[in-house]
Amino acid sequence: MIRSRNLLIGGTLCLIVVTAALLSFVWTPYDISQMDIPNKLQKPSAAHWFGTDHFGRDIFSMIMIGARTSLAVAIVAVGIGMGLGVPLGLWAAANKGGWVDEIIMRGNDLIFAFPSLVIAILITAIMGASALNAIIAIGIFNIPVFARLTRSGALSLWEREFILAARVAGKSKPRISAEHILPNVANLLIVQGTIQFSLGILAEAGLSYVGLGAQPPTPSWGRMLADAQTMVSFAPHLALVPGLAIVTAVLGLNLLGDGLRDLLDPKIRVART
Amino acid sequence: MRFLTGRLAMASLVALAAGLGAAQAAQDDITVAMQLEPPHLDPTSAAAQAIDSVVYINIFEGLTRFMDDGSIVPALAKSWDISDDGLTYTFNLNQGVTFHDGTTFDAEDVKFSLDRARAEDSTNAQKALFAAIADVTVVDPMTVRLTLSEPNGNMLFNLAWGDAVIVAPESIDDIKTNPVGTGPYKFANWVQGDKIELMANDSYWGSAPAIKSATFKFISDPTAAFGAVMAEDVDVFTGYPAPENVPQFEADPRFQVLNVATEGETILSTNNKMPPLDNVKVRKAIAHAIDRQAIIDGAMFGMGTPIGTHFAPHHPDYVDLTGNSGYDPELSKKLLAEAGFPDGFTTTLKLPPPSYARRGGEIIAAQLRAVGIKTETSNLEWAQWLEQVFRGKDYGLTIVSHTEPFDIGIYARPDYYFQYDNPAFQELYAELNKTTDAAKRSEMLAELQTMISLDYVNGYLFQLATPTIAKAGVQGLWKNAPTAAVDLPAMSWAN
Repeated sequence: MIRSRNLLIGGTLCLIVVTAALLSFVWTPYDISQMDIPNKLQKPSAAHWFGTDHFGRDIFSMIMIGARTSLAVAIVAVGIGMGLGVPLGLWAAANKGGWVDEIIMRGNDLIFAFPSLVIAILITAIMGASALNAIIAIGIFNIPVFARLTRSGALSLWEREFILAARVAGKSKPRISAEHILPNVANLLIVQGTIQFSLGILAEAGLSYVGLGAQPPTPSWGRMLADAQTMVSFAPHLALVPGLAIVTAVLGLNLLGDGLRDLLDPKIRVART
Repeated sequence: MRFLTGRLAMASLVALAAGLGAAQAAQDDITVAMQLEPPHLDPTSAAAQAIDSVVYINIFEGLTRFMDDGSIVPALAKSWDISDDGLTYTFNLNQGVTFHDGTTFDAEDVKFSLDRARAEDSTNAQKALFAAIADVTVVDPMTVRLTLSEPNGNMLFNLAWGDAVIVAPESIDDIKTNPVGTGPYKFANWVQGDKIELMANDSYWGSAPAIKSATFKFISDPTAAFGAVMAEDVDVFTGYPAPENVPQFEADPRFQVLNVATEGETILSTNNKMPPLDNVKVRKAIAHAIDRQAIIDGAMFGMGTPIGTHFAPHHPDYVDLTGNSGYDPELSKKLLAEAGFPDGFTTTLKLPPPSYARRGGEIIAAQLRAVGIKTETSNLEWAQWLEQVFRGKDYGLTIVSHTEPFDIGIYARPDYYFQYDNPAFQELYAELNKTTDAAKRSEMLAELQTMISLDYVNGYLFQLATPTIAKAGVQGLWKNAPTAAVDLPAMSWAN
């Protein structure tokens, strides 16, 4: 049924990550709020599939809860980006060339001009390090991505006959944007959403790595990497496991995004058949 | 092309020969790495340990000095007489001592240094050391007399601190960037953010050191520190920041590892004025919720000695009071209920950068959570920590190592950041300072230690031990650290 290999592999990897995250709400192999220091730094075994960390916590359990942290941050951050970026893009496209368009798009350019991770570090440094502030920081940088994409997709639509018909029928611009434009740019947004989602996971890992993301005791893949830094030489699994977790999630989302694009883009679908 | 390879071969032969030649001559240079770079080089106007590590004993000397076993021996003062009432100290100074700029050292310099340190507008970080001095008199160029306002059993100890070194009025203006002292090494060069270089002082008054030139490298990142030692880029790393790597160095024949006992009482500092931490029952509950051994094993990888009070275990007057705060979560919960917090409470835990604090903080947070005390953890940089916690007193709990030697006196200062205000302690401490009889002092010190232990002023965790990693051939390294110092004149290379 599913013809795209990308979609299949990407979807499977994402499913694993999402399942781990959801499952961690009700069950993890070990309770990670309990430190078991005599059992620290154990190699992977039947009892601890991914070994234990420097506090004797089960790494498999931490990876599961870490997946939750990563997904939560990415979901909300992409949500902020879409929730604000898409209406702004629609609004700008509806008033193409007008002052609203100018202000929105130049504002977007302004945000785009800053290196996003550096500004994210600045925001968390000013407002304090926490998962919430990381979400806000990453979310802000998702706004222009979605605003631009929506606007460019919408601009060409505004020239189409069915839109003209809707205008002749007397529908207002906001109503046309919501009823006709939005459903037609949705494909674009879904594909971009998966890409931004993977970037969000990377950004969260990066911020946590430098100590500005989720704070202890909340496990986070990025902080697990940072904690492992000085122990890599004698306990490589400490860094390998969260590293692979990040790779899995990011690769899965990118493949899923590619697969979705193939599936949703009518031009490619035609070319394939 | 052939020409080029010929040249290259020759060049490498020359290099090889040069290398062999260097290997045969006894090595007389050394590279010492440490984590923190000093903010400047004036030990008499800042508390930063990194300053003392570079300049103490090497560039600047005091009237007396510390040895690595904690004993006090003569330095610039050859000998001294103490009057029977303990109020007059007469120091006989060493002859023929000059500062690095050629100016002569005499009693005037001693008077200048001590008067500067104890002056009203002095920026000395340890002014209390000089509080007992009423007057400094120059008897003759080689004799100086200190008159005390009251007897002080610690005077010779106080004068050995890095904060009490002798400086010269001629060079005082540039001391922060160009320190001029009487020591066996001269300041040569400072590349900010990287290294400080010292050269042997040929006109040193004492015996010439074996090491002729020394470089202090500053490597703050633990991973980079590991790399630098492993690649043999540095000869010695003092205060090695990642105790987890120590077993690897121990197993490697290229290196020697010294677990240096420091004066650092590592404590869970508690804001004694902030409710509910102002309640002794709550503080006692915290003390019993803490499993010291878990912290030593988990944060320090086994390095450190448990303490039950604010006193160094290697000090002869230490009393083992760890029993007052044994690990007992059930008792802790009971105490919390008695204090009116059956469901616990929430407080802040502000952690400075060292791994004993960051990792120890995670462990303590988990241990406190187990008895119902929730902590809001925040990781601070040193500057923020000093601002918010140390000066601002805006904190509930924090973890820090108090590395000054014999610093139980901070509990007699109600304005100190943990804000412990107990008149009985203050009186007894004042009494102690006036007492010179050794037996009586021991007795009083035991009482002081017990007092703060039973008031549960802070959570007493462990005595900090910091590893020194050095190449196997380095000799003369300090095995204890009674004060922050890298004693270069004591060092040499084997064969």
